[in-house]
Amino acid sequence: MRIVLAAVAVMAFIAANGLVLVYMERKIAGHIQRRPGPFEVGWHGLLQPIVDAGKLIGKQLFTPDGADGLLYWLAPVVSFVWVLPLFIPIPFGPQLTAFEMDLGIVLILAFSGTNLLALCMAGWGSNNKWSLLGAARAVAQSVAYEIPLLLAILAVAFTSGTLDLSNTVKLQGGWPWQWNIALQPLAFLIYFICALAETNRAPFDLPEAESELTAGFHTEYSGMAFGLFFLAEYANMIVVCAVATALFLGGWQGPVFSGVWWFLAKMYALLFLMIWLRWTYPRVRFDQLLNINWKWLLPLSLANLMLTALLTKVF
Amino acid sequence: MKHHLSPEQISGDFYSRRFEQGPDEDTLILNMGPQHPSTHGVLRIILALDGEYIMRAEPVLGYLHRMHEAMAEHRTYLGYLPNMGRVDYLHAVAWNWAYVGAVERLGGIEVPRRAEYIRVITCELNRISSHLLWWGAYLLDLGAFTPIMYAFDDREIILDLLQSVSGSRLTYSFLRPGGVAFDLPDTFLDEVKAFIPHMRARLPMYKALVTDNTILRHRCEEVGDLPLEMCRRYGATGPVVRGSGMAYDVRRAEPYGVYPELEFEIPTENSQDAMGRYLVRMGELEQCLNILEQAVQAIPEGEHLIKGAPKPRWKAPVGETYFAVEGARGKIGVHLVSDGSSTPYRCKLRAPGFSNLSLFAELAEGTLLADAVSILGSLDLVIPEIDR
Amino acid sequence: MRKYIQQLKDLKSLIVGLFITGDNLRKSTVTVHYPRQEVHNLASFRGPIELLPKPKNPTQPRCITCMMCVSTCPSGCITVVKHKAPKPSAEEKQAMAEAEARGEKVAKPKAPKTPKQFLYDYSLCSLCGLCSEVCPVNSIGFSSDVYMVCRRRSELKLDLLARLKAKADREGRTVDEVA
Repeated sequence: MRIVLAAVAVMAFIAANGLVLVYMERKIAGHIQRRPGPFEVGWHGLLQPIVDAGKLIGKQLFTPDGADGLLYWLAPVVSFVWVLPLFIPIPFGPQLTAFEMDLGIVLILAFSGTNLLALCMAGWGSNNKWSLLGAARAVAQSVAYEIPLLLAILAVAFTSGTLDLSNTVKLQGGWPWQWNIALQPLAFLIYFICALAETNRAPFDLPEAESELTAGFHTEYSGMAFGLFFLAEYANMIVVCAVATALFLGGWQGPVFSGVWWFLAKMYALLFLMIWLRWTYPRVRFDQLLNINWKWLLPLSLANLMLTALLTKVF
Repeated sequence: MKHHLSPEQISGDFYSRRFEQGPDEDTLILNMGPQHPSTHGVLRIILALDGEYIMRAEPVLGYLHRMHEAMAEHRTYLGYLPNMGRVDYLHAVAWNWAYVGAVERLGGIEVPRRAEYIRVITCELNRISSHLLWWGAYLLDLGAFTPIMYAFDDREIILDLLQSVSGSRLTYSFLRPGGVAFDLPDTFLDEVKAFIPHMRARLPMYKALVTDNTILRHRCEEVGDLPLEMCRRYGATGPVVRGSGMAYDVRRAEPYGVYPELEFEIPTENSQDAMGRYLVRMGELEQCLNILEQAVQAIPEGEHLIKGAPKPRWKAPVGETYFAVEGARGKIGVHLVSDGSSTPYRCKLRAPGFSNLSLFAELAEGTLLADAVSILGSLDLVIPEIDR
Repeated sequence: MRKYIQQLKDLKSLIVGLFITGDNLRKSTVTVHYPRQEVHNLASFRGPIELLPKPKNPTQPRCITCMMCVSTCPSGCITVVKHKAPKPSAEEKQAMAEAEARGEKVAKPKAPKTPKQFLYDYSLCSLCGLCSEVCPVNSIGFSSDVYMVCRRRSELKLDLLARLKAKADREGRTVDEVA
């Protein structure tokens, strides 16, 4: 029963947050560029995401000539549906976890790999060389960046002694120096960079590089199919930021009045940072992206892990 | 196993079919354009890709051919002037100047000193706006979405300035044989004098945000290595050749107007890569501001159009001339041939972008696809000028 | 080794860039938010041409139908239709015939030198200004009409005489008879 309620709540949360994120992104982008952003629909453009969703739903859905129908239409569905289980172990508040489980982090890491499958299907099924290129880039990027991500999370697991997200939050305190980030600053940095790469956000957004590949793997999608990819990307962003909040920033704990509002505040701060980064930096070239991973992030995260293991054993 | 696809099996059009398939069947033949967000116009490049590496690149032109040179044969000398602004709308004053200079050379027409100074001021302002747009568009190609907005903010001031003097914001038909069309409004010089320090204060911000940005440096450094002898073979001019070490500027090589009386440096870089071309253009922004400063100080009073300037039905004396100016993209040339009637017999337009683009095929071999985008951006191509 | 340290130092530029965009985030917008705000420098803008009226007769253009603008325009977007000479009535013809018989010089009635129709195809105009420069009586000027919108190309074929009269009406001047 609880699972059903949780599933519905999670879907509502994703939908609501998708709308909020669309608005936030466009407003922040606008103001960084010294322009107002959405303004006409609703007061200061607050109803813009709803109208956008309406527009996407109303568009014609067609299959490109020669596209593999099954793969083409399954890709957005897979992309979106598979994001839902990722919210299950996240502790939104003291009693607000969908399902307490011992291996929450493992679940998240496992399911986030299915995003790759959706990208592959989209790239191949579109019958479009540009999509194929985008998908190939996306696959290489995601696979590469999963490893330092894993190692950074492992470092935190070492210090906390548990893979359960709710326990990790409970072990931290309310004040910033009691958060895990004070113990593992390098792991946080590595985690955040890998998170940017996993969700295909700038400066690592080559798979959907608008100016090079005309929208990459989702070139051929229109209407709600594109909307699903879009929502899936935002949902992924939310998951990643939520996990970062739970692991590194103390989750729902706060100096006073601990609760779900602290969790949301910290999560939105990280989302704001992600959006801010997107509108500041140019794109990293593909081979440089992989270079960063193999030459910097991987050795650093390994070293961090070793050091953490050593220190945990000693103290 | 060798596997040649026959022309019927390769789908596509005339150009795709004749793009010879190599013996390796692993190459992907891809069309970049003509609708593509980062080819700065309707340029089509057929690429043979091996994974991410470009094996062969071949630009296909003509999607924007508007027959400007043919139109010249059916317009009077004055009536052809609006066309010049449309050839390269980003540096319209330079194209205006090239044409008007050719007509003046043909007809032996003098230009008053005030008009010469007005030409310099408007041309340099236009050059700054062209470089700002290039900068913003280049960064847009590379994935940074905000610098173009900051550049357009500055560009807006220039566009307003040029509107106050010529009435247009982009396609200025502002020069006339024998001077300029309108005199400067009263507040113009003060506004230019206020603009120069404003722009100077913005340049460090551009440098800090973009030029020093390590991600951009990695995208531009050692990308598109262009040796000087390749520039010479293709006739590349402008920042492209100055980024490869040669300080060739038409304003100093074949001086025109009052440029011999103005002091400015020619920014040159030796790195031969996209970063070099980038730094040359940023340096040119500063030099334009220097020239503007001197010109607004030195501009004399006088008339803006010489008495007896050609009227619309003016007949040029028989002969032919060539006049070249330094545009934002390189050396702009106009070759006019007159047979004594009121319309030119032939007008040949030398577009710098055409020569600059022709070296792309050789330059892009062996580079990554993302690098190709970076190289195209660093060549500063405007396809309307290439196709004319 | 030095290369790695240099790369770490280069990361500082990323933080600097972040501060610049963050600074811009907090500043106000620089765009002109139409239609709440409008631009104010339209006086110098060369918009679609308009006929300039006679100083004492705001519905009459200064045009003398010399056709210079028509022949000068590179795009051929101006069409001027002249008035026809008025036909003399029967008595006037009689009077003219008698005057000719007496040996006096008779002047045939001439057409008035104002345009009957002044048509302007804005869809062809390139706003070069040659028509305005070449007009001997300074009858063509530029409007600042930047907000012109239409759905059909035919709506861009403007009747400049009608627009002149409409402008005179708008500005509340008296409507005079055609001279």
